[in-house]
Amino acid sequence: MVSEKGSFSIQKLIEEKKKNKSAHTIIEKLVPFILLFTAVLSVLTTLGIVFTLIFETFTFFSKVSFIEFITEKKWYPFSETKGTYGILPLVSGTLRVTLIAIIVAVPIGLASAVFLSEYASERTRRIIKPILEVLAGIPTIVYGFFALTFVTPILRQFIPTLEIFNALSPGIVIGIMITPMIASLSEDAMTSVPNSMREGALALGSTKFEVSMKVVLPAAISGIVSSIVLAISRAIGETMIVAVAGGSTPTWGWDVTSSIQTMTAYIVQVSTGDAGYGTTIYYSIYAVGMTLFVFTLLMNLLAQYISKRFREEY
Amino acid sequence: MASVIEHISDETNRENVYKTKELNLWYGENHALKNINLDINENEVTAIIGPSGCGKSTYIKTLNRMIELIPGVKTSGEISYRGRNILDRSYKVEDLRTKVGMVFQKPNPFPKSIYENVVYGPKIHGIRDKKILDEIVEKSLKGAAIWDEVKDRLNQNAYGLSGGQQQRLCIARCLAIEPDVILMDEPTSALDPISTLKVEELVQELKQNFSIIIVTHNMQQAARISDKTAFFLSGEVIEFNLTNKIFSTPSDKRTEDYITGRFG
Repeated sequence: MVSEKGSFSIQKLIEEKKKNKSAHTIIEKLVPFILLFTAVLSVLTTLGIVFTLIFETFTFFSKVSFIEFITEKKWYPFSETKGTYGILPLVSGTLRVTLIAIIVAVPIGLASAVFLSEYASERTRRIIKPILEVLAGIPTIVYGFFALTFVTPILRQFIPTLEIFNALSPGIVIGIMITPMIASLSEDAMTSVPNSMREGALALGSTKFEVSMKVVLPAAISGIVSSIVLAISRAIGETMIVAVAGGSTPTWGWDVTSSIQTMTAYIVQVSTGDAGYGTTIYYSIYAVGMTLFVFTLLMNLLAQYISKRFREEY
Repeated sequence: MASVIEHISDETNRENVYKTKELNLWYGENHALKNINLDINENEVTAIIGPSGCGKSTYIKTLNRMIELIPGVKTSGEISYRGRNILDRSYKVEDLRTKVGMVFQKPNPFPKSIYENVVYGPKIHGIRDKKILDEIVEKSLKGAAIWDEVKDRLNQNAYGLSGGQQQRLCIARCLAIEPDVILMDEPTSALDPISTLKVEELVQELKQNFSIIIVTHNMQQAARISDKTAFFLSGEVIEFNLTNKIFSTPSDKRTEDYITGRFG
């Protein structure tokens, strides 16, 4: 092709460039395989972890009966004669801390989300939201010391019987830790509710609060529930805060003022201690890890079920 | 340019629901409504026509103060609704909107059941009696000419309805609190011709009991359904008169140019 004006034809230039493009074609063909490889890699890693967990857990149950594990209310692995492995005290430790965290985080998180999405000016939101996200980035060990050296002493002024290590203080601090998560994700869910719905409700004479509670919140419920469940999963799996401020005494019951031990804190204790490879104690951390995994898995399934069940489609 | 607003010879002697006096409105620096004077009668359909950006939507949203949702809006002048200035700060906006309903450009039902959509208004205003609510639902859906289509699936999500049905549901939702005035902001612009026709027929019936102000892009629609028409251009009311006068013998050249399709 010869161009009528000027000394070059664009089509010709493109043609010439194409001839030097063999390297490009190879890359084009390779890219999908490279991407597939990376995707498969992460799936395989996850499967590997789950497999190891299951495998070592089976070894543990060849040494300790499963019935004892789930019914016994005592957890004394370090006993000099024969260890007792009843998971219930560790589970109750985890649940106590988690429950306190939820009681703290859900109301505050939701209220902040409603404020940010429905009431705050664009400017306020632009300032507060990044701060919330920074809060979510604080290393949990810092929260742990915050619980032990700041929150516990304050609480002890009000509750004299509170021990140095207890469930209350780490529970509250975990609640503080997961609040930004609930606030931020719920705010996302509420902001994505179309404005036309707010207008529809306002035009019927609703107040702003009625619009928030009766239209926006229900419309965003599936996102809100997911954020709460995600936050609960984090609270269940939280390790450093409870390891630092919760103590290391596995106890069965609902007392939040005395020293406890959670599943995660137990795993830390054994991993950093000197339990020899191949001992029952060594295998017990896999069984506890497996229990933890089952808990978070159940939470995630529950989240999916709830968010499907209550979804208001628009 | 002075706007031409004739004294409208009106044999019916209907009362005014709205009297607008020297209304001006600014979006920040942008002067969107200029010196609007309009009196709107009860039990009539008043159409507001004009090209895009002429201020017609702005004006209708001022009538229930939805315009306040846009930051940086300033007004001057007076709009009195049944004798009280609604632009007065002491007028509670929730009270106004309980009297003045609105139907929007795009159907915006709540993501709830058809039943819940209709009872939303009565419920927030404190009506909780199940029997009364059931009656309201039937009456409102019948009023919006959609009862027969949905009576067997009141508990299904409103988003399962077609666009036209959703819009009539929104009208039913509006009727459920028995407003005095219904504002309609281009209610058929997102609908197909058949649904449009249904909504237009509905408007004709509703004017027996309600005062209706409708913004429309569609001049034929204004001609078909309204008693009076106001022509807006660049934020001014150019002409306001009986609809058949506006469309047969407009007194302003600009109105004539617009309705004959020379611009807009």
